[in-house]
Amino acid sequence: MIRRSNGPATVENDMTPMIDVTFQLITFFMFVLNFSEAEQDERIQLPVSQLAKPAEGVLETPITMQLTADGGVLYAGEVVPVDQIDRPLQQEREIIEAAGKDPKQATVIVRADGRASTGDVQQVIRICQEEGFERFALRALYKPE
Amino acid sequence: MTALPRRRLEKVAINMTPMIDVVFQLMIFFMLTLNIIAPEGDFDIRMPLGKSAGQPSDDLQLPPIKVRLTAQADGSLAGIGMNGEPVSDFDDLRQRVAGIVDAAEASGAVAADVELELDCDYNLDYANVVSAITAVSGRVDDGRVIEMIKKITFAPPGTD
Repeated sequence: MIRRSNGPATVENDMTPMIDVTFQLITFFMFVLNFSEAEQDERIQLPVSQLAKPAEGVLETPITMQLTADGGVLYAGEVVPVDQIDRPLQQEREIIEAAGKDPKQATVIVRADGRASTGDVQQVIRICQEEGFERFALRALYKPE
Repeated sequence: MTALPRRRLEKVAINMTPMIDVVFQLMIFFMLTLNIIAPEGDFDIRMPLGKSAGQPSDDLQLPPIKVRLTAQADGSLAGIGMNGEPVSDFDDLRQRVAGIVDAAEASGAVAADVELELDCDYNLDYANVVSAITAVSGRVDDGRVIEMIKKITFAPPGTD
């Protein structure tokens, strides 16, 4: 049997499997990328708990109060003393009310450093209560033993 | 009309090099921005104004359990007390609370109705509060979490 040659054959690498694998890898890294990092500040070291349950779904109108170890509240990128957070909270409440929602249904996420004073945390909670917020989520790092 | 010259059909080879370059760049970007962090979890507390002073939130037959956490000058934990009795550590606290919850359930009450009030020194490190909440809100039995107390309130700061 005679085979006909089609001229000089060029050796071609089939790139398809490599590109497939690479796209898989990109997809993987895209999915594990943490988008909520903006909420997490390295200035705050959360206390560790084995029972802190990861949030089920997205919280409705969450307000995050980040409390540093030396008793300041991180708000809009600035450190605000605890006793001055009533004004920003008032604005938050007005925004929630303007959107037709009830502040009582909003959740205040308290991300306090493990070394912060409990009294400061309680003061933050009290000011939030005075502004009409009722639901609080004390945030901790989840580490099973 | 002149006939177009017939061209031989040629296989068009697409140059893959720029695409592979870009793809590798993307992959390296996502690999470098990846930082593995422990997931965060919440303790949900519902605490309306005026309900933190120790009175039961509704017509409750069970008096709230009072847990007192005292601090040393540097903010570390000095001692734990429950209903006026000293408690050695958070494991001991968990066992005592479990005993109260079990007794309440045995008497027909719902465990979720048991209320607990945390009374902490002002300068106590917050990590101890989270440890105390962890101790009273559940226990891990054979890998399963058994919930204990859900209603946790704070005593007003500065009270003794």
